[in-house]
Amino acid sequence: MAERSFKKEVRQLRIGAGQEFRGEGILAVTKGLLQSGVGYVAGYQGSPISHLMDVLADAQDIMQELGVHFEASASEATAAATLSASVMYPIRGAVTWKSTVGTNVASDALANLASGGVTGGALVIVGEDYGEGSSIMQERTHAFAMKSQIWLLDPRPNLESMVKAVEDGFQLSEASSTPVILQLRIRSCHVHGRFIAKDNQRPAFSLAQALEQPARDVNRIVLPPASFLHEHEKVRDRWPAAVAFIRENGLNERFDGEVEDIGLILQGGLYNGVIRALQLLGLADSFGNSRLPLYVMNVTYPVIGEEVLDFCAGKQAVLLFEEGQPDYIEQNLHAILRKAGSATRLVGKNPLPMAGEYTTAVMRDGLQAFLARHAPQCLPDLEPHAPGGVSPQPAATVPAAAAPALKEQVVSFRRKVPPAVIDELGKVVPPRPAGFCTGCPERPVFSALTLAQEKLGQHHIACDIGCHLFSILPPFNLGATTMGYGLGASSAAAFNVPAAKRPIAIMGDGGFWHNGLASGLGNAVFNKHDGVIIIVDNFYSAATGGQDILSSRAANKHRSTNNPIEKAVRGVGVKWVRTLDRTYDVARMRATIEEALTTPEPGPKVIIAQSECMLNKQRRIKPLFRQAVKSGQRAVQQRFGVDPDVCTGDHACIRLSGCPSLSVKDSGDPLKEDPVAYVDNSCVGCGNCGEVSHAAVLCPSFYRADIVHNPGRWDRWADGLRRRVIGFLQARRTARLQRHSL
Amino acid sequence: MTSTAFSAGTPIKIAILAMGGQGGGVLADWIVDMAEHAGWWAQTTSVPGVAQRTGATIYYLEMIPEAAVAEAGRAPVLAMMPTPGDVDVVVAAELMEGGRAIQRGLVTPDRTLLIASSHRSYAIAEKAAHGNGIADPNTVISAGRQAARKFYCFDLQALADQAGSVISASLFGALAGSGALPFPRDAYEATISRGGVGVEASLRAFRLGLEAAERAPREPALLDLARPQAEIPAASGNPRTRALLDELRGFPAEAQPMLMAGLQRVLEFQDAAYAEEYLAHMRDIRNLDGQFGGPARHWALTTAAARYVAVAMAYDDVIRVADLKTRQSREERVRTETGVANGQILHTTEYMHPRLEEICGTLPASWGRAIEGSPRLVRALQPLFRKGRFVRSSGLTGFLLLYGLAGMRRFRRRTLRHQHERASLAQWLKLISDTVHHDYDLAVEVVNIRRLVKGYSDTHQRGTSKYQRLSLAASQLLGRADAAEQLRALRDAALADDHGSRLDRMLDGLLGRPGPINTEPRDAS
Repeated sequence: MAERSFKKEVRQLRIGAGQEFRGEGILAVTKGLLQSGVGYVAGYQGSPISHLMDVLADAQDIMQELGVHFEASASEATAAATLSASVMYPIRGAVTWKSTVGTNVASDALANLASGGVTGGALVIVGEDYGEGSSIMQERTHAFAMKSQIWLLDPRPNLESMVKAVEDGFQLSEASSTPVILQLRIRSCHVHGRFIAKDNQRPAFSLAQALEQPARDVNRIVLPPASFLHEHEKVRDRWPAAVAFIRENGLNERFDGEVEDIGLILQGGLYNGVIRALQLLGLADSFGNSRLPLYVMNVTYPVIGEEVLDFCAGKQAVLLFEEGQPDYIEQNLHAILRKAGSATRLVGKNPLPMAGEYTTAVMRDGLQAFLARHAPQCLPDLEPHAPGGVSPQPAATVPAAAAPALKEQVVSFRRKVPPAVIDELGKVVPPRPAGFCTGCPERPVFSALTLAQEKLGQHHIACDIGCHLFSILPPFNLGATTMGYGLGASSAAAFNVPAAKRPIAIMGDGGFWHNGLASGLGNAVFNKHDGVIIIVDNFYSAATGGQDILSSRAANKHRSTNNPIEKAVRGVGVKWVRTLDRTYDVARMRATIEEALTTPEPGPKVIIAQSECMLNKQRRIKPLFRQAVKSGQRAVQQRFGVDPDVCTGDHACIRLSGCPSLSVKDSGDPLKEDPVAYVDNSCVGCGNCGEVSHAAVLCPSFYRADIVHNPGRWDRWADGLRRRVIGFLQARRTARLQRHSL
Repeated sequence: MTSTAFSAGTPIKIAILAMGGQGGGVLADWIVDMAEHAGWWAQTTSVPGVAQRTGATIYYLEMIPEAAVAEAGRAPVLAMMPTPGDVDVVVAAELMEGGRAIQRGLVTPDRTLLIASSHRSYAIAEKAAHGNGIADPNTVISAGRQAARKFYCFDLQALADQAGSVISASLFGALAGSGALPFPRDAYEATISRGGVGVEASLRAFRLGLEAAERAPREPALLDLARPQAEIPAASGNPRTRALLDELRGFPAEAQPMLMAGLQRVLEFQDAAYAEEYLAHMRDIRNLDGQFGGPARHWALTTAAARYVAVAMAYDDVIRVADLKTRQSREERVRTETGVANGQILHTTEYMHPRLEEICGTLPASWGRAIEGSPRLVRALQPLFRKGRFVRSSGLTGFLLLYGLAGMRRFRRRTLRHQHERASLAQWLKLISDTVHHDYDLAVEVVNIRRLVKGYSDTHQRGTSKYQRLSLAASQLLGRADAAEQLRALRDAALADDHGSRLDRMLDGLLGRPGPINTEPRDAS
């Protein structure tokens, strides 16, 4: 069960020709797939395309009706290899993942696919995790397209263009026997917009047909001598076919403008930002009408030389907007212009920055610098405006006759807030690193690890990708490296030498099934690795949005779940395995870690720490609990609290937990300067704070409150008795205290 | 080439700053839905990513009237991210996120209407600080007053709680009340109703937010951050406490509120005789203070000591914890905090982990010493106290146990712990007295280092160890011109980490000492 349900939204996938679709970019792309007669879809989740996988999972009924097969792949490599169904058969297939990390994993299969070429359209939809909000290294998918010769689409970020790119992508793939990557930027995936839909298409040729009439052609297999022929085929046949298709179908777009001797060339995905940058300089309006002509590359690989030369003809200078480095497109354009002997000057990474996200402000600054040099007459007067005179409040209606000579208002960017104010803010506004959710079952694992290290000293800790990576951030500050998804254990491989301390590796259940079983555990067994491997099993692929995996506990009618990690670990030959089925038992967790670090037993020491992801657990049990209470059943709700008068404000409990619901507040006691710990209403009663204070011998201020809803007759009778006795004693003591109180 | 024709129409630009899980997405979706129903073309984008897990994130919206779109004859091209200087409305779901918006340049004086909830959700660095790490909220409020065209700042989280809803609903209400968008109130309410989930509560929160915005002053006031002070009662019925009060009134006015708080603490900790002891200590300090320059320094020494002498005398022992856990007022507080309704039953379970040290401390001094001095007994008894205990304080057995422990107050003066604390107090008072003869400011700092002694068990031990290092440093610093300043810096360093590593480094640098007194405060059992 994924974190976000699209059950309601996927109904829009059924709408037919002429109807308007409104919703998120990812959902529109799915609709585009169905409109294109896709035969199968596969992929691996990860931001920003997790939602695409969730949409597909929630749309299984619709897909079944249409005869579309959907697989939740074990990894991106699996997904890429799945596209081999389009090698011999005229079936359209699409796969999806987060890039560039997913593309790294998939690159072996992608290279093989691209070498042999495809018969049916093969589309790889990547969510480019670049810029603000990204969680990975900042690299470009572009390199993969170039090295394997896969065409790369980067459409303008509106739903209509994105859906069209899906349809174009399949056709381009088929026209040139080449797989195509459709690159979606992080914000495009989540953009809310609209487009006019078409009817869904059933695949023309089905997977069953293929199985029943299998075909093979040894020339499509990557083996010599065919592999040598493939390279020639790529440049001799497929490239020209692609160029012809792209030109004939106008995949790239040109927008004219009144200024003729300069122009802008841009990746399609940057279009809205470039228009806004122009607008801020008074050179465009809110509808894409621009004074400067634009050449929009919705296909960023291959670059169509003729189109570039045609656009540059008669221009003294063009500015290229290319986000990310290296500047592949800029180099490519230089080569094109130079070989053709063009006099047009190409400007790109200077004045635009070589690296980093091209925000609107960055692009506006680059554009302004470019114009100042090459077309100063285009630049508006940029003197600061009088306060209040900058932007008119937008009107709800538009004047009937908009003047044709309307000029956009220039927005001046002189920072008007005094710099001293900004400096002061810099001192108080705290960073907000991501962290474990309230009640997260992984938190106690890292509390225990912290305590174990207090006793046994600091160790080398190799981390992995997943929620557990938040242990690298405050308050835990654990871990030295992270080398890739499922590679926690592998990245401790070198530390397999006799030493006074053992290496510790962390791995999540998602990473374990993605590849960690073979690359981490298998490798450790084979090489007689002496380290400790902690596998955090939270029942889901939690970091990517709570999708099911092999070891998930949920019953899933489309997938096989409930395959225990321990069986797999023992299956590859690990002898020392401890499975803890309640991570919140911090004392036991610590003892197990300490044992693993000190036992004389040879070979890898594997600890499997299991408890359900709290985010998903709450989503699962909250409605059930409410239902039970509503129907009058006895139900107990737990939460934690801190006695402010017992708490001394040392905050050691917070440093060992970091739970969002464990906060601080003023003590209200004049004698206590420091704020005291406080558990807010978001507490889900996981018990970690109490267990930590036990295990670390902190302070007796934590209590657990059990609230009994719909108590039974016995509950009420016993409670009445208790409260009478306790009440009497309390009153007696209060009276005695009051005798000499002030 | 013909000249480029422009079409009229400028979008309204809105940025929402929220933390993961706060419902910023819900708010963005509501605004889009409302705009679309009112005949606007709306677009929203976001970058959830890992920010979904408690990190800070931005949702960005733009909208333009459909009429303008029809006039232009083509779809609008709306930006995917906010541009500094080009945002009309900023909504921040928490105060510091409002500060972040200003910091990022999204709020400009000629342009931006800023709505920020004044509540705080503390960042991990603020919460994890050893002392008080909470950032000053008024910095953000005064920045907002200078940075925004109009600034709304009030506690929208409290309003949401009051309505039994979430902050997205009260923020939506504040947005309506601010009049920032060209939509009538009905349009907002209809949007919430269309959502279909928790409609009633959301509407309640919406209305509270709306009314608060309508009533909001032209400019939000700074928050009152003054700490509570103890009030001095006019009279007391008990002759013994009346005498205490009378004596208190004889102290300098500056020190009286803190003395009052101290008096209350030692009274509830032990008895009237103990309070008399407290005032006796304070009398000595006041006399020293008067002798060495107190009147010119607002009686800084007496005021500081009024707090820490009381804290030192009312130390946290098993008896006090048991007492605090069994009080009637405590039960009432738990009931309010957990929101137990009529007809529901509340149970409380205490998480306690007394060690052998605490048990010995509670025994009569001679017994405690006998156990601590016998390795055989320690070995035999220690395993009993290795595990944490769960005490069900709402059950009769658990309650009676704690109640009985609390009743041991009358034997407290004879316990081993009391002997330890009394010795430590005497030593400290002597150090204060010795110091003030030479360096008044340093004496005040000697009082203040007592702040480090707090907590229970290991925490207490760590704090005490740091305190001891600082007391020693204080006597070594004596005679230096910057002694007080240095001791203050050392105290800050002591609060930087658990074991006082930074403190030790500073001490080494300052006094050229070979090593710390105690590097391993953790008990090696």
